[in-house]
Amino acid sequence: MSVLSLEKVTLRYAASDSRAAPVLASIDLKIARDEFVVVIGRSGSGKTSLLNLAAGFVAASSGQVCVDGRPVAGPGADRAVVFQDDALYPWLTALDNVAFPLHLRGVARPERLERARSLLNRVGLPDAADRHVWELSGGMRQRVGIARALASDPKFLLMDEPLGALDALTRSRMQGFLLDVWQKSGVGALLITHSIEEALLLATRIIVLAPNPGRIASEIATTFGRDLLTGVSLAEIRSPPAFRRLHDELTALIHAEDEGIAA
Amino acid sequence: MSLSIESAPSTTHQPRGIVEQPERGTTRSPLPLAWISLATIVALLALWSLASSYGLVSALFLPSPLAVYKALQSLAVTGFVDATLAQHVGASLLRIFGALAVAILLGVPGGIAIGTSRLGKGILDPIVEFLRPLPPLAYLPLVIIWLGIGEASKIAVIALAMLPPIILSTATGVKSTSSDHINAARAFGASRLQVLRHVILPSALPSVLTGTRIALGAGWSTLVAAELVAATRGLGFMIQSAAQFLVTDVVIAGIVVIAAVAFVFEITARLLERWLVPWATRR
Ligand SMILES: Nc1ncnc2c1ncn2[C@@H]1O[C@H](COP(=O)(O)OP(=O)(O)OP(=O)(O)O)[C@@H](O)[C@H]1O
Ligand SMILES: [Mg+2]
Repeated sequence: MSVLSLEKVTLRYAASDSRAAPVLASIDLKIARDEFVVVIGRSGSGKTSLLNLAAGFVAASSGQVCVDGRPVAGPGADRAVVFQDDALYPWLTALDNVAFPLHLRGVARPERLERARSLLNRVGLPDAADRHVWELSGGMRQRVGIARALASDPKFLLMDEPLGALDALTRSRMQGFLLDVWQKSGVGALLITHSIEEALLLATRIIVLAPNPGRIASEIATTFGRDLLTGVSLAEIRSPPAFRRLHDELTALIHAEDEGIAA
Repeated sequence: MSLSIESAPSTTHQPRGIVEQPERGTTRSPLPLAWISLATIVALLALWSLASSYGLVSALFLPSPLAVYKALQSLAVTGFVDATLAQHVGASLLRIFGALAVAILLGVPGGIAIGTSRLGKGILDPIVEFLRPLPPLAYLPLVIIWLGIGEASKIAVIALAMLPPIILSTATGVKSTSSDHINAARAFGASRLQVLRHVILPSALPSVLTGTRIALGAGWSTLVAAELVAATRGLGFMIQSAAQFLVTDVVIAGIVVIAAVAFVFEITARLLERWLVPWATRR
């Protein structure tokens, strides 16, 4: 079982100024391949920085990021990324976008298109293949982005507020879709969100990030997401007191950090 | 140029400026911009015909539109100073596209170097900034001393005039590549070269095309001027020779052809942009 781990990771953006407060301090986090880890926290608490570290876009000032115990130096195909602003290539069709990671790897065109086509089917967009990115809705774009991420056959899927720009209805449908993809593809997921409800619905484990410096304030294991997969309706999942208690608890946790700043 | 593609759709979104004031209270929609421009052209032609047919201006200074039209016809059939109109236009076009090829071959890599590396920027910035404000005719004599009065000097001068816009817009395009686009490719394991080839180049392409369009305009005016100085063929040369013999109708016919070619360039470049980089206008 593969594991993505951050070990005593500290991040300072101004590398030269070691007195400056770090953006992230001593983060210890392990994500196994069957987990869906959701990170929540105030704006500016360092969520994106955490994901960029895990993806290898930025290097840790101290500590290390490892996959299966081996330190990683930069981005790699074992950790695919889904961006908030889809980051699809507008000069490529949906199909060519999905095939892009395979193209980079030198997979021959007929084969990579065939695999891309089956991935588009898998995310429910069999008819979008030849359409241009600007002809797709926001939700469809995120699906294409997820199909593209899966094309590189990653061990981990890192997502920075992938549903943040969607309307409530699409968002709710995409949450179910994300769970489905996560379960069927067997990737370890790291998702960042502002929505406590989204965290409760998707996560097997919720990480609350506290700001200044960014650190893990709390880790909570949940099981609501798995219920959603077994066909229990959203309303039923939301109704038990346990769900609402945890919702209130998390709200208080994040809110407490706000007051901590004010004090 | 006001008949260009862009002006047509914009007419429906005109801000309510002073020009629109008299239209208020009427139910008529404002006159399309293209119509106003067309009316202007017709009016100017009419004025021109009137002026020459009533002898207000001597035909030596301003031949009638009909005389210019006839001059165009005879240019096309029998030609002027040993070459037909097509041959003059051909000579000019060969120079402009030869120079464009040189400018793109040097300018696009130059722009990429400025946009991607500190060293490239450090080396090329001062050169471009030196070249950019210089009027090409100022260094034409020097280039003639170096390269002679043949094709090479003309192509060199035109290419020099085309270089700065191509380099600068390529650099701008490269620098404006979305960091998410680059990071996505890196996360899929792309090498630096692959990022350049598959992400930076396509995303800079709209900007490169814009630069090429500007360069064509700059090159065209430089070309005509360069041919005035030293050439045995070409539109600029044709006008210059005609002027020396006071064949004014050929001079005006030449000017009309130069304007027409420039207009065709502009339209072609825009069509090319729509075809090659449709995402740049639609996103
Ligand atoms: N490239 C950077 N250079 C310098 N400082 C940065 C950089 N990126 C982020 N920061 C700082 O690091 C802190 C954390 O930023 P980050 O983007 O990780 O927060 P976030 O939790 O993702 O916020 P949001 O919810 O608004 O997206 C902020 O104080 C921010 O100003
Ligand atoms: Mg963020």
